[in-house]
Amino acid sequence: MKIFFRNARVVDPAGKYDGLFDLMIVDGAIQELGSSLGGNPVNYEINLRGKFVVPGLFDMHTHLREPGQEYKEDIASGTAAAANGGFTAIAAMPNTDPVVDSADVVKYVLDRAKQSPNAEQAGLVNVYQIAAITEGRKGERLSEMKDLSEAGAIAFSDDGSAITDSHVMRLALEYSSMLGKPIIQHCEDHALTKSGSVNESPKTIEYGLKTQHRLAEELVLSRDIRMLEAFGGKYHATHLSTSESVELIAAAKKRGLPITCDVTPHHLFLDDSLLSTYDSDYKVNPPLRTRADNEALIEALKSGVIDAIASDHAPHALHEKEVEFDSAPFGMVGLETTVGAVMTNLFHTGVVDIQAIVRLLSVNPRKIMGIPVPQFNLGARADLTIIDPDCEWIVEPDKFKSRSRNTGFKGQKFKGSAVGIVNGERFFFSDRLR
Amino acid sequence: MPQGIRNLLGLRDMEPEGLVEILDTARSFREVLERPIKKVPTLQGTTVVNLFFESSTRTRISFELAERRLSADVVNFAASGSSVSKGETLKDTARNIEAMKTDIVVVRHSSTGAPHFLSRLLKSPVINAGDGINEHPTQALLDMFTMREKFGDLKGLHVCIVGDIAHSRVARSNIFGLTKLGASVAVCGPRTLIPDYLEQFGVKVFYNIDDAIKWADVLNVLRIQLEREAGGDFPSIREYRLYWGVNRSRLDKAPKQIVIMHPGPINRGVELDADIADGETSVILDQVTNGVAVRMAVLYLTGVKPS
Repeated sequence: MKIFFRNARVVDPAGKYDGLFDLMIVDGAIQELGSSLGGNPVNYEINLRGKFVVPGLFDMHTHLREPGQEYKEDIASGTAAAANGGFTAIAAMPNTDPVVDSADVVKYVLDRAKQSPNAEQAGLVNVYQIAAITEGRKGERLSEMKDLSEAGAIAFSDDGSAITDSHVMRLALEYSSMLGKPIIQHCEDHALTKSGSVNESPKTIEYGLKTQHRLAEELVLSRDIRMLEAFGGKYHATHLSTSESVELIAAAKKRGLPITCDVTPHHLFLDDSLLSTYDSDYKVNPPLRTRADNEALIEALKSGVIDAIASDHAPHALHEKEVEFDSAPFGMVGLETTVGAVMTNLFHTGVVDIQAIVRLLSVNPRKIMGIPVPQFNLGARADLTIIDPDCEWIVEPDKFKSRSRNTGFKGQKFKGSAVGIVNGERFFFSDRLR
Repeated sequence: MPQGIRNLLGLRDMEPEGLVEILDTARSFREVLERPIKKVPTLQGTTVVNLFFESSTRTRISFELAERRLSADVVNFAASGSSVSKGETLKDTARNIEAMKTDIVVVRHSSTGAPHFLSRLLKSPVINAGDGINEHPTQALLDMFTMREKFGDLKGLHVCIVGDIAHSRVARSNIFGLTKLGASVAVCGPRTLIPDYLEQFGVKVFYNIDDAIKWADVLNVLRIQLEREAGGDFPSIREYRLYWGVNRSRLDKAPKQIVIMHPGPINRGVELDADIADGETSVILDQVTNGVAVRMAVLYLTGVKPS
């Protein structure tokens, strides 16, 4: 199989092949990288003038819902959504049913990912598994972390809930430090958030919704930073949402602590004024914050305090979201809107350049998870994403490859889209590639 | 011809003119209630469904009376013993009932936004009879109607709402409605029952009931929900009664006579002493009567077909 890309604007974080190139991919490997290549017959020849070719994007925070909640999403539909959104790899969170807290479940997911029902699709997107920190994600006893790690788990998280018990957190940090794999914390003081489901702000007080205070995130994060300092380990705070949280991260990094963090597109670009209609597609945890928080997160992206952007792709079936607000589950899908949202709101606004976007969506998340970053070297395995910065499109949830439709970006007009991926011998080209 | 209203979801997004229209319309229905035959043919042939997903006695009866006095056909739905207990969703329940060709939906639900959600799904007008901790618009309208009856104009009137403001849809609808019509609104209660950010609505906050009494023309005393004590939002009923209970000795210190209101049901001897509730400055039973007139007005205006 030969794929030939002409006139691609290659973005190479290593710097070696950063510029306008022709790329010849033969049987899943980069055979040639140069100018004015061609002449030989190929299976696909595509002119990528005006488009970026970047190292395959990696979403470090996805909910695939398999095993147990296949009606929301499964590995096949989730990886199809990932490919459509431009991701060549994803890391699945362990809050499935059963919870990924034993080596058997890790193996089950990894095996399932390799044998997709659609043969063309198997292996199109690399699936990595994050395992639970504690048994059943109950926050009480450590899971068999070493066994999970041996089975292939790349990180640990009880995402959906926080480790609030300080002793358990200490054990998790110390035990995981032997494995060199990060603890990913969902920062939330559950005693403070109680039954609240939206950010406590002038807006939400006006809307009469049950609120949770922003301090719930900061309190757990600040405790964790002190614990990281005292007990060691690698620590990653996921889906941070407040200006105070990123200040804490900045200060911790200044002290040289091994701490990293990510933010989601919805916490960057959506705010709590959207709750005025009580549409549960805007119900996420942590909740959408204020406009000022959006701005603070964007500033922190610019200054490099935030390491990664992650989708927190959280599929829920229509019948689960189409209920009264209090009964709806938290979360929105994100795999198919992340690149569009980022290109529209960060790239075209001049907030960050394409190199920074590649760091945030490809290089850094892999480094945090200890996964090798795709290379643009001759002979290297092709692992790349094509981004068309000028593709204009409207978010139509009905057209998602994901099984679920719950997005707060619905109806938004985006400029910029992932239009294809190549992952070794597998590839996917979107209808938007032209 | 009246403008009519599509839905009554809350007072937050209403224009002052819309509020005045409802209150003025209610005045003529209030007169109907004084007639020997308290029934008009206004909604003949119209079917109103009262969807009550949360228990209620007086609001439901008040709506039902209003509907019957407008000659509407009435269907009552209560969550217990219905398909809801079999796991049916709110969407299915409402759409199934509408499929039986009903015309107006009155809904009470424990979740904020449930009426707004239904209004997007249904073709019928939706009237909010209380949603979560958000709004109870007809209660606020009847409170405003009663104050208008007593004082004429709401402009400059000092109204203090006393009690659990944080969890009260009555308080919130009153704040929205009263401020739109030019009244000065204050709230009073323990700090833990008063949400932050009320200043954005121009609302004054008192933590001391004596200060509130000194300031107010009207005290709208809210029911202290006994389960709040269990939740630990304030130390005890005893302490609440001691420091925020409205009683004779506190009111005797007021510079002027204060009109006493309460949305009911009253915890006598907790938030309000019996002699005050039944006293000459109390308009609590007027509120109840006016509630029927106000709900007739709202039903009439939602039932008006666009010409």
